[in-house]
Amino acid sequence: MNSAFFPALQLALARPFIASNVSFLASLITPPNADMAPVATPFFFYLLSGLAVAGGVLVITRRNPVHCALALIVTLIAVANLYLMLYAPFVAGVQIIVYAGGIMVLFLFVIMLVNIERASKDRRFNRIWPAGLAAACALMALFVSAFVKGRTLFPDRMIKLPEISNTQEIANALYGEAGRMGQYTFTFEIASLLLLVAILGAVIMTKKRI
Amino acid sequence: MVPITTFHYLVVAAALFVLGVIGVLTRRNVVIILMSIELILNAVNLNLVAFSRMWGNLHGQVFAVFMVVDAAAEAAVGLGILIAFFRNQETINVDEIDLLKW
Repeated sequence: MNSAFFPALQLALARPFIASNVSFLASLITPPNADMAPVATPFFFYLLSGLAVAGGVLVITRRNPVHCALALIVTLIAVANLYLMLYAPFVAGVQIIVYAGGIMVLFLFVIMLVNIERASKDRRFNRIWPAGLAAACALMALFVSAFVKGRTLFPDRMIKLPEISNTQEIANALYGEAGRMGQYTFTFEIASLLLLVAILGAVIMTKKRI
Repeated sequence: MVPITTFHYLVVAAALFVLGVIGVLTRRNVVIILMSIELILNAVNLNLVAFSRMWGNLHGQVFAVFMVVDAAAEAAVGLGILIAFFRNQETINVDEIDLLKW
């Protein structure tokens, strides 16, 4: 058989498929109208919040600290997706990169350094855990009563923030724009100083001899 | 289905906060107590971002970024203290860290 025939045939057979796929992808990238139906449906909200709460329950009940760390990662990623549903993509990216990528690696290293065999055998809860649980239940009752009484205090509006320029606007607030200081530039510098102090403190405390 | 409002996010954040408080008050392992503190900070962050959406400005999101910086500093210092203590006392259980009790 001639070899040029088969690719042409395949292309002819596949053309409607490719064309429909391309138009489908294009409809994903550029919405047909400006106010298309949002992807953030209530189903995803309940799924993600259920994942977050389930991860939190696993964090405070598992015996092995490594399992707790993995459950905490589930919670962090679910919360990052909740940020995406709130039109905050920059905070979602920071959450995944800094929390799930940085802080959790730090936690896992420390779990590796302290001995895990003993921790996985002895008791999970401290001696006064009923008192602690009662205090937490009191806090939960406070939350429930505040939310039941103050249900109408929170307006139902959700103002749609521009999603594409989100990172740029956060950068304008942090670093300033057009040569002027932003509203949070000084706070940003203080935060960098805080990080420097934290680095020095961590190094000095973990060193054997200074 | 009910549309999702700010209130729904506040309820989820309150649930995460209470779970973190339970973890801080009842667990023995200091590493897991620090993880519970991370849960609490995440609940606060979720509140901040939800209010940012409610008011339609970015101050809540900027504050959430600062909270992440705080959480990183807190985790670094807390775990540093933990390693220094483990080197001295060979334990990381809060029951046995009772040097200042009488």
